Amino acid sequence: MAMAALRREGRRFAAPLISPQPINPLRSSISPAEDQAFLGVRSISTQIVRNRMKSVRNIQKITKAMKMVAASKLRAIQTRAENSRGLWQPFTALLGDTPSVDVKKNVIVTISSDKGLCGGINSTSVKISRALHKLNSGPDKESKYVVLGEKAKAQLLRDSKKDIELCLTELQKNPLNYTQVSVIADDVLKNVEYDALRIVFNKFQSVVSFLPTTATVLSPEVVEREAESGGKLGELDNYEIEGGETKSEVLQNLTEFQFSCVMFNAVLENACSEQGARMSAMDSSSRNAGDMLDRLTLTYNRTRQASITTELIEIISGASALEG
Amino acid sequence: MFRQASRFLINRSSAATMRWRRPFSTEPPVETAVDSKFFDAWKQTIPNIDPPKTPLAFMKPRPPTPSTIPSKLTVNLALPYNSLVSAKEVDMIIVPATTGQMGVLPGHVATIAELKPGVLSVHDGNEVTKYFLSSGFAFIHANSVADIIAVEATPLEQIDPTLVQKGLAEFTQKLSSASSDEEKAEAQIGVDVHSALNAALTG
Repeated sequence: MAMAALRREGRRFAAPLISPQPINPLRSSISPAEDQAFLGVRSISTQIVRNRMKSVRNIQKITKAMKMVAASKLRAIQTRAENSRGLWQPFTALLGDTPSVDVKKNVIVTISSDKGLCGGINSTSVKISRALHKLNSGPDKESKYVVLGEKAKAQLLRDSKKDIELCLTELQKNPLNYTQVSVIADDVLKNVEYDALRIVFNKFQSVVSFLPTTATVLSPEVVEREAESGGKLGELDNYEIEGGETKSEVLQNLTEFQFSCVMFNAVLENACSEQGARMSAMDSSSRNAGDMLDRLTLTYNRTRQASITTELIEIISGASALEG
Repeated sequence: MFRQASRFLINRSSAATMRWRRPFSTEPPVETAVDSKFFDAWKQTIPNIDPPKTPLAFMKPRPPTPSTIPSKLTVNLALPYNSLVSAKEVDMIIVPATTGQMGVLPGHVATIAELKPGVLSVHDGNEVTKYFLSSGFAFIHANSVADIIAVEATPLEQIDPTLVQKGLAEFTQKLSSASSDEEKAEAQIGVDVHSALNAALTG
């Protein structure tokens, strides 16, 4: 967004300079140039171009620094995300993956970042969440949102305010750990009625590729229902249950544990994707600023040479008028 | 011309059966037929956006149940921070289920076991590795794959006995002075874990 504003301003500024006439009505709101025009300089002063160059150079430095910071944060969090990938696999191996399950109460947990300037990952998550909401709303089905992160909250508040059950922000104030995520999971499980929880996040594939993913966690009653009706969870009945008094108690503990494990992995992967996206956004931003700086340098030199030429012409024509 | 047509048809059909192939990727192949219902429903209602991926796409498929009992048990021990043991072939494991220590051999019946804080011992030939688990779940599948998911697991050598005694005393005192149900529950959990640690170190 900052780059778009810069680009717009650059275009607006460069246009009067590139046109062939030396005297130009200044279209942009640059008043110091008009002052200089009164003093006798016939084209735009180099001062303005110099100021513009200074600010673009500063932006380039800032975005380069942000890229380095994002790269170091990514390195720190990437190993943790990869280590946590083994956590949800046993659950999927046991309970399968059933995104097409048909339930009455869907809860869509959208994970996003708190800070901006990270490319399009938050918009992607919100798009997928809205699409899941549309997919899962019907005559007797409903979907609600649980939002983690400021960016998704801002976007979803605009048109789905009544469907948002819970909003949690400032997740990354302290380094992410399992205890924090399990407290969040406990919060959600206690306060929100659900039959199926659909967690939407961006899975970290590589530094340049982030895949929007949705993981489905079912409530214990739905698990029992699906197990009885056969299909993907049909083999669940073959498993003997050890521990706990009743099967439903163990199933409840199991689904709650599954939710916290899947959430932990999802939050870590989303944090990785956020840093990776920020890296590439800041990289393209600094490259853009570099291009703009090159263009401004050319303009600056042209302006400088034009003013020198004008001065020379005035001197020489004055001298030749004196002679003859 | 008809020769070209047949080649074109074969190319089209093979392209349809081939999923999107990424020659340099080591990820497992894309969605199996299990998710097709979701993707079809998605494509019908939301044609503009690509459907999101699901966890099955990122997982290696598990081996099917063999007809004869295999000789080794494949163990995965997963923690939030690390997978301590992944796809290790062992002879036997003993898990601390809530109903007591449970031994698991290859060919064990499929079980879902809730775990209490205790010692997990992995027997591979003559070597035995012991970890103290802080409760979790153990899934034993019919294809002799055992998944153990715990929140914390440490090898027994790394546990300090003096700290265990101190913790046990502290939590017993908290339990006796606890007022609300929540405090009582927390103190009880502390006492359980520390006495299990004690038993693990001594027993």
